[in-house]
Amino acid sequence: MDLTAIDPLLLLASLMVASTPILLAALGELVVERAGVLNLGVEGMMITGAACGIIFSTLTGNAWLGFAGAALGGLLLSFLFAVLTQLLLSNQVATGLALTLFGLGLSALLGQGFAGTRPPAFPKLDIPLLSNLPVMGQIAFRHDGMVYLGLGLVAAVWYFLTRTRAGLVLRAVGENHDAAHALGYPVVLIRFGAIMFGGACAGLGGAYISLVRVPQWTEGMTAGAGWIALAIVVFAGWKPGRLLLGAYLFGGVTVLQLNLQAAGLAIPVEYLSMSPYVATIIVLVVLAAGRKPGSLGQTFHASR
Amino acid sequence: MITLERRPQPSRAWSYLSPILAVLITMVVGGLVFAALGKPPVEAIRTIFWDPLFGDFAGYFRPQLLVKAAPLILIATGLSFGFRAGVWNIGAEGQYIMGALFGAGVALAFYPIEARWLIFPLMVVAGTLGGLLWAMIPGVLRVRFGTNEILVSLMLVYVADFLLDAMALGLLRNPEGMGFPGSRNLQQYPSAHNAELIANTGLHWGVIAAFFAVVAAYILLSRHIFGFNVRLAGQSPRAAAFAGVSANRMVLICLGLSGGLAGMAGMFEVAGPAGQVLASFNVGYGFTAIIVAFLGRLHPLGILLAGMLMALTYIGGELAQMNLQLPRSAIQLFQGMLLFFLLAVDVMTNFRIRLGRKGVA
Amino acid sequence: MKRRTLLKTGATAAFAAAVGAPLRAQDAPMKVGFVYVGPINDGGWTQHHHHSAKEMVDHFGDQVELVYQESVPEGPDAERVLTQMCLQGCKLIFTTSFGFMDPTVNVAAQFPDVMFEHATGYKTAPNVSVYSARFYEGRAVQGNLAGHMTRSNRVGYIASVPIPEVVRGINSAFIHAREVNPDVEFKIIWIFEWLNPAKEADAAQALIEQGCDVVLQHTDSTAPHAAAQEAGDVYTFGQASDMAEFAPKPRISSIIDNWAPYYIDRVQAVMDGTWESVNTWQGIGDGMVGIGEISSAVPDDVKAEAEALRDSIAAGEYHPFTGPLSKQDGTQFLAEGETADDETLVGMNFYVEGIEGEIPS
Repeated sequence: MDLTAIDPLLLLASLMVASTPILLAALGELVVERAGVLNLGVEGMMITGAACGIIFSTLTGNAWLGFAGAALGGLLLSFLFAVLTQLLLSNQVATGLALTLFGLGLSALLGQGFAGTRPPAFPKLDIPLLSNLPVMGQIAFRHDGMVYLGLGLVAAVWYFLTRTRAGLVLRAVGENHDAAHALGYPVVLIRFGAIMFGGACAGLGGAYISLVRVPQWTEGMTAGAGWIALAIVVFAGWKPGRLLLGAYLFGGVTVLQLNLQAAGLAIPVEYLSMSPYVATIIVLVVLAAGRKPGSLGQTFHASR
Repeated sequence: MITLERRPQPSRAWSYLSPILAVLITMVVGGLVFAALGKPPVEAIRTIFWDPLFGDFAGYFRPQLLVKAAPLILIATGLSFGFRAGVWNIGAEGQYIMGALFGAGVALAFYPIEARWLIFPLMVVAGTLGGLLWAMIPGVLRVRFGTNEILVSLMLVYVADFLLDAMALGLLRNPEGMGFPGSRNLQQYPSAHNAELIANTGLHWGVIAAFFAVVAAYILLSRHIFGFNVRLAGQSPRAAAFAGVSANRMVLICLGLSGGLAGMAGMFEVAGPAGQVLASFNVGYGFTAIIVAFLGRLHPLGILLAGMLMALTYIGGELAQMNLQLPRSAIQLFQGMLLFFLLAVDVMTNFRIRLGRKGVA
Repeated sequence: MKRRTLLKTGATAAFAAAVGAPLRAQDAPMKVGFVYVGPINDGGWTQHHHHSAKEMVDHFGDQVELVYQESVPEGPDAERVLTQMCLQGCKLIFTTSFGFMDPTVNVAAQFPDVMFEHATGYKTAPNVSVYSARFYEGRAVQGNLAGHMTRSNRVGYIASVPIPEVVRGINSAFIHAREVNPDVEFKIIWIFEWLNPAKEADAAQALIEQGCDVVLQHTDSTAPHAAAQEAGDVYTFGQASDMAEFAPKPRISSIIDNWAPYYIDRVQAVMDGTWESVNTWQGIGDGMVGIGEISSAVPDDVKAEAEALRDSIAAGEYHPFTGPLSKQDGTQFLAEGETADDETLVGMNFYVEGIEGEIPS
């Protein structure tokens, strides 16, 4: 056993990278759930994003356009979910699960011709000056653009939800859709927007796996990341700041267990891997602040 | 402008018509997708929906439909009570795994003693208990601390999944398995094997339990005060409280019932068709059952039909892959579409579509 | 008409197969079935089986018809898929994953006239053969190269599922790395999956960050190669497929699965009526294990040495497990000049001396 082989700076840096897909997807789902909608189809939207990312980046030769295409793919899929749950008032839990099944099939079909192709490189941005800082430079300032975009989005969502009027309205819709409706807010329209934002974020998260992390297309390559994203939202108590912590915790456990193994430590991998989920349950119980949005998962119909 | 207007009464006609309509739409759209993939659409649809029932070798496939549908129906029936009462257990997958682990654990503890009269019933009890206890965690947390049961039950699926991995590799691993992960095969342990009761009928104890559950659920819902309370709790929690229905008790009963049945399904599966505790044991029955429950409109007979329909698309889908070289992904897409349409058309049961008048919303 | 006869034939599945058989005899192409655990374009294990299957079909042309099913879960679904293939009239079926072992044996018992070939398993029957490749021979060559190429003396190893085959590969690679470089150390990460690109990338990253400059993998994706490429001076080896798109650096060689000659052999045997249940374990010499081109990033003398090792293994002059060798705990494994017998190798569940860490259980 040689724990000194683990360089904490590198560990933190790779943790940021490993957490980016789940962070992006979870951030989208957080907004969706804050609007009172539970979309369990994150995995389906992520994998569709992963496929679309490969397709768009390969066809255009540009990784950023790949991400744009992935966001669009996730968004379109979530649009289906929105139509079903918001206009046709189908049950959100069942629809979300069906969306995952649909997305897995769709992505595999779309990606068929792209197995084994390598997407265009996605360069790292060594931020001048900052990247040369001693400790922080190595951890935080030598990543690719999507890592920063993810962090930026967390800040933006935090600002939007807590500091803007539109964010307040969105939260009101999630807390009590009947009251929000009575106040004249377009509940369905707001939820459409939230759901589609969630879809786009999930698509970005999926594409980060297929364009940066791996980078290649393989069927089912998100391998459950979408489900982890759902757990992170709960862990975070629907707060963007804690979401970041949650994503690093869930992503970190994976990176940490791999590193501990490489250092020769015999660890019970399964038990370590389940610990964040147990922690999430404990957080749910202990922190009363983690109260879910009041209308979460309920169907809304403006009856007269 | 199209608006929806709630019907004063759910339409009976539409509740029967809508699933048929959905299947028809799926056939048309699915056929178009298959045609776009360069496969014969009519033949593909026929292979999926017709061949397993009436085609060559239907004598083999029909029993297989039962085998595939039984766990779905068993789990979905349990879930439907909670869903009616507003108790959301979406962790049936975890309870299914725990049932299998408890059931197999009991069997392996007795191995190689032969005493079927003791071991098999004990496994059924243990499996049911395993699922029930796992479901009691979100139940007790909700009752004691007001924790949301949707999220806790979902989190416990992951925990159970990792536990399954650990067991397949550790405690329950077959010591004579040449170093491979996975438990002993219970199919080769007569006292524990959930075998076919009549050869080539597919009928094992799990199938019987599923039918029994459907009948029992039907009677409970339509004839018993419990069914009335469940519906009341779902439609109007306040009214239920006035009627003396304890919300907490309702939560615990609904979670216990669904967890127990899911655990039972897991036990029957691991002791029968699956045979082994393996990391790949769970294939998503617990989640699919949620869809089945809604497709069946939370009605026992509807769930029976929905479970059979899902099983049909699985088995027919396999046939289509094999005979027409249809990619598996196309089948998944097709199943997803079918579910979307089934969920979408349900709106017709409760709402009327109005044209031309602008809604207030 | 069909319905009635089939209801009857449903009585025994074996009979149904017998009925199905004469219809398709002689002039019709012989149906050969393949059951895959992953998608046929997974870039690794399944893709290579499928590729070899297609080579087999090319070889026989109109005489055979390929029937396959991808992404079959290891469990009851596999049993149903196998039965379907038998009912469709397949004469020979290849099941290409360890987890299909019990389903294969079960279905084989019901269809004595259908021949089965199970990859990587150990249970045989009169109509069930097992076949596998001596991948450890290839690992020896990789270990030799790794020992020479590492400058940090730290070699990373991404291991998949803790089964004897993987342990064997680690031991073989380690023995031959140590032989040429006494200071070499192995860092082993188990990811408990055969294919999970994101996790493989993370594992490769962790190994590289801990100073490994050669990374071996027993997992199927190219993700570790991409991670190595990004890191710079790290060498990797292709697994299952050549992964030549990463040559000459980071990928410096590879182990290629080549099942085609075996498949052609076995199909021919069924056609000739000479098929017998066998236990096949072939290596470099028979061509089942291919060593991918050693790239120009490797110095000429190192390349020549590795190729000499490859050739002596192929010729049967050298066995990768030749004593003196000790187990990890210091007890003797093989005496001077002694070679390991197949039985020991098949069940290998220990590390050799010098490897740190424990095999997960």
